[in-house]
Amino acid sequence: MSHLSLTMTAAALALTAGAATARDQIQIAGSSTVLPYATIVAESFGENTDFPTPVVESGGSSAGLKKFCEGVGENTIDIANASRLIKTSEIETCAKNGVTDIMYVRIGYDGIVFASEIDGNKFAFTPADWYKALAAKVVKDGKLVENTVADWHAVNADLPTQEIMAFVPGTKHGTREVFEVKVIEQGCEDSGAKAEMEKMGMDKKAVAKACTELRTDGKSVDIDGDYTETLARIGSNKNGIGVFGLSFYENNTDKLQVATMGGVVPSTESIASGEYPVSRPLQFYVKKAHIGVVPGLKEYVAFFVSDEVAGPDGPLAQYGLVSDPELAKTQAAVEDETTMATD
Amino acid sequence: MTDVIAERPAKPSLLTLDARTRRRNAAEARFRAYGLAAVMAGIVALVVLLASVLGNGLGAFTQTRVTLQVELPAAKLDKSGTRDIEVMKKATTLTYGPLITAALSAAIKDRGIVVEGLSKKDLSGFLSKESAAQLRDRVLADPRLVGAAVTQSFLVNGRIDGYEKGRVTMQSAEKDSNVSPAQLHLADALETAGILHTGFNRDFVTAPDASDQRPEAAGLGVAILGSAYMMLIVLILSLPIGVATAIYLEEFAPQNRWTDLIEVNISNLAAVPSIVFGILGLAIFINFAGLPQSAPIVGGLVLTLMTLPTIIIATRAALKAVPPSIRDAALGIGASKIQAIFHHVLPLAMPGIMTGAIIGLAQALGETAPLLLIGMVAFVRDYPGAPPEGFFDPSSALPVQVFNWTQRADPAFVERASGAIIVLLVFLVIMNTAAILIRRRFERRW
Repeated sequence: MSHLSLTMTAAALALTAGAATARDQIQIAGSSTVLPYATIVAESFGENTDFPTPVVESGGSSAGLKKFCEGVGENTIDIANASRLIKTSEIETCAKNGVTDIMYVRIGYDGIVFASEIDGNKFAFTPADWYKALAAKVVKDGKLVENTVADWHAVNADLPTQEIMAFVPGTKHGTREVFEVKVIEQGCEDSGAKAEMEKMGMDKKAVAKACTELRTDGKSVDIDGDYTETLARIGSNKNGIGVFGLSFYENNTDKLQVATMGGVVPSTESIASGEYPVSRPLQFYVKKAHIGVVPGLKEYVAFFVSDEVAGPDGPLAQYGLVSDPELAKTQAAVEDETTMATD
Repeated sequence: MTDVIAERPAKPSLLTLDARTRRRNAAEARFRAYGLAAVMAGIVALVVLLASVLGNGLGAFTQTRVTLQVELPAAKLDKSGTRDIEVMKKATTLTYGPLITAALSAAIKDRGIVVEGLSKKDLSGFLSKESAAQLRDRVLADPRLVGAAVTQSFLVNGRIDGYEKGRVTMQSAEKDSNVSPAQLHLADALETAGILHTGFNRDFVTAPDASDQRPEAAGLGVAILGSAYMMLIVLILSLPIGVATAIYLEEFAPQNRWTDLIEVNISNLAAVPSIVFGILGLAIFINFAGLPQSAPIVGGLVLTLMTLPTIIIATRAALKAVPPSIRDAALGIGASKIQAIFHHVLPLAMPGIMTGAIIGLAQALGETAPLLLIGMVAFVRDYPGAPPEGFFDPSSALPVQVFNWTQRADPAFVERASGAIIVLLVFLVIMNTAAILIRRRFERRW
């Protein structure tokens, strides 16, 4: 009984919904890394224009892009925030559901930093240190053996004597991919381990796997939650070293000290110049079909990439975004509503 | 026979306990101790929880503000000189910000305050980024203000506010790149001068959420409204449907395999993890029925599904508790079955039904998991409209707002999240107290 009446009520409500509401606010979902920037812009956009404040959801890049590709129409989102580039498979899903004209908007760059308890030892890392400390298996005497190193000093004599305890982003985070590629894999190559593995006759796939696999004996801990969780872990374990976004670190400089990577201190300047090696672009994707249907969509996108907002002196840079030196190009692309090349 | 009598122990004294009685008494004492220990553990856990929540969260109910006199030069705010709203809207918050900073530096000068090492950046970062928006809204609401000076109280930056509340100290400020000791000295000086004061923060309960850059301005307004809308929908839908279902199953339905199946399913449904209802809601209400995302209507419908079994089970228990003699008497003097139920049984079962409904609602109010899936975990700044249209506007909800704030980078949001927990707890305590009072007041025993 209850189900029948419930379905009827739902159906009746659905009808009134269809008749009563044409959506008038922009809906955005996706990456939790882009979220703070998106909320800052949404808030400012709502304040300074007559359009309603966009609704920004979190949930991760993949979840956002999945929602984005569900189709075109009022009950689908307009913009997907992403801390990684859209995959070919996702573009295909999009196309299958009728989402064809997608605009790509790069908003700037985000640095990934390595930080530890503020009163603890100072660290100057290289990617090779991280590979040697965290790889599941390392090359020893021409053989691949379990990694048993337990102390940073044993990894690199220049590092202080401190137990290895790393809090790295879990695999559901876009940050993990960047960490693997730009730190661990790079370290594998820099330390000469990759060359040795190839010499040992391992095939390409096996080398790639051995180069990115992290140890699971408790020295490297995957954090599936947010940076706040990583921060809490470091608070309770003074030996911990965490992987953070630059903006998160900049908001918590009273609790964290940052390590250099390859001798470079991470900052918006060193990331913009490309000196600091671990960074990635942040972007969002817009459905062109929704421009002109959802009020304020194009204005929001243009506002986001305007110099006052995303430029080096804007509020986003203040929060920790590394502004894009090619912002003018993005602005022009938004103006022309240029979509991604479909091939 | 005689042997048995002979072996019987001497007549036990009432004053000295024998071994068996001592054992039994010891077992009882142990059991009491276990019980007491369990209760104490529970109380300790509750005290720790409350202490941490209250300790972290009470600060959210006070906020530091600075009262300043701001000049509103027409040359900057209304270049056309016509006081035309459309033209004045072109002056964004970026234009208003410096005016407030200038007002602050004028106030410092007027009062002869000297703070060493106070940079320009310290000055502009002293006040909340919300201030410019506050001032702009005020000017646009009343364009005649342009050209004069207005007095307004502005929020200070979250870190300075934290200093007033003891969260930020001079030591932490030295390490913190977002606040400087000079700013804290300025705060002290302004407090002595009487223009900086910490007072009750009504905005925490009424204002909408704010972005990561302005924790000091973040409030629960939208979340409370969203939760209230959802509870309204849950009440309107689940109470009649739940009570009708219960009455039918308890009083009318024949006892057969089908009704048994339905009964089992209802009990099952009550134990289904709430996230499952979220998945269902996403599939049916959003993807199939096309209802909007992040809207209280969808949240309400999902929570209705979740609350229904609770209400059905409570109502059936309440109906069962009414003695059959009441029904028999009504039927005996010629009432129809429906008259007997609606005139006699239902009124007597009402207190039990209401209690069940309130407890179900309280459960729904604190539910977060299903809302994650239907887009309620969102940054929403515009208040939803008045019902019924407002049911379809995006909004947030109380437990979701807690979840949201705990993920933010700025430490000031920890205080906000705990404050939100306090508000949520207050609502829950009120609802559960109401349930107990109704039961005490109206319940009848036979």
